[in-house]
Amino acid sequence: MANILKAGQPAPEFSLNVTPDQKLSLSELLGKPVVLAFYPADFSPVCGDQMALYNEVLPEFQKHGAEIIGISVDGVWCHDAFSKARNLHFPLAADFEPKGEVARAYGAYRPQDGVSERALFVIDKNGVIAWSYISPLAVNPGADGILQALEDLPK
Amino acid sequence: MSKLSIPVGANDHTQGNSSANCTLVEYGDYQCPSCGQAYPIVKKLQKHFGSKLLVVFRNFPLSQMHPWAEPAAEAAEFAGQQGKYWEMHDLLYENQENLGEELFAELATKVGLVPEQLQTAIAEHANHAHIRADFTGGVRSGVNGTPTFFLNGQRHDEAYDFETLSAAIDEILKAKSK
Repeated sequence: MANILKAGQPAPEFSLNVTPDQKLSLSELLGKPVVLAFYPADFSPVCGDQMALYNEVLPEFQKHGAEIIGISVDGVWCHDAFSKARNLHFPLAADFEPKGEVARAYGAYRPQDGVSERALFVIDKNGVIAWSYISPLAVNPGADGILQALEDLPK
Repeated sequence: MSKLSIPVGANDHTQGNSSANCTLVEYGDYQCPSCGQAYPIVKKLQKHFGSKLLVVFRNFPLSQMHPWAEPAAEAAEFAGQQGKYWEMHDLLYENQENLGEELFAELATKVGLVPEQLQTAIAEHANHAHIRADFTGGVRSGVNGTPTFFLNGQRHDEAYDFETLSAAIDEILKAKSK
């Protein structure tokens, strides 16, 4: 598995489309914790997949004032369709062109497959990685690690 | 390996022998088709292991994906308050394809509840706190989808067909009898 960025390292800045005509930059979120969830692809055929789970856990993330962003190499229209199909209430960023550039910056790209790893980052309010985790591609890492990391952030 | 963070206790719906050597905790969603498939498997395990197995069901409704999951969980919890939890639980899974107001009313009558009271409980989210506590406890235990099973507190990451689950239970019982 890839060597992802670790706690203590600055989170690389990015600016990616989250809708066909709207970009989101990490720096816009300075001042609050950010959960960055890389995943391989939209529309994985599992019931209760990773993004659907985060969608359900959203109120818990919000208790910590955290923003969550899902990120994959899928394009904006695909994200749009996926988001509508799953009724997602958080943004999905399209790491589409140049493909996987942000995943690479976080050490979370799988060149052999052309997709990102299932890698999780909790970034503190100062833009520093507080926790990171990489899961085997086939295993949904759940949300317990993220919640623990958010709890462990200095108040 | 993920572990159950909330031990089985008085707030849980349990079925079977409370001093059984093996406890199976299922986190499930009433509208999830995979949980529907797991339902007869759990029944078969209960029949097979008898008093050696305690079964616990906790709510893990994926409400954004399954709009009837939470109302169904409310229906089961309401039935539970009247001592009819497992009857309702079973009927919900047996009629999973028809979840909805009409079915809830029909099942209420069937198990001897007042349909109007059940409707009110669903409309007012009477047991929301309990359902949400199940859900967040599940998230903290590493539940990442439904169904997720725990055997004596350890998450069962393998398949949940009868053969795999019963082999895992056999192993626990064997270790306990030593």
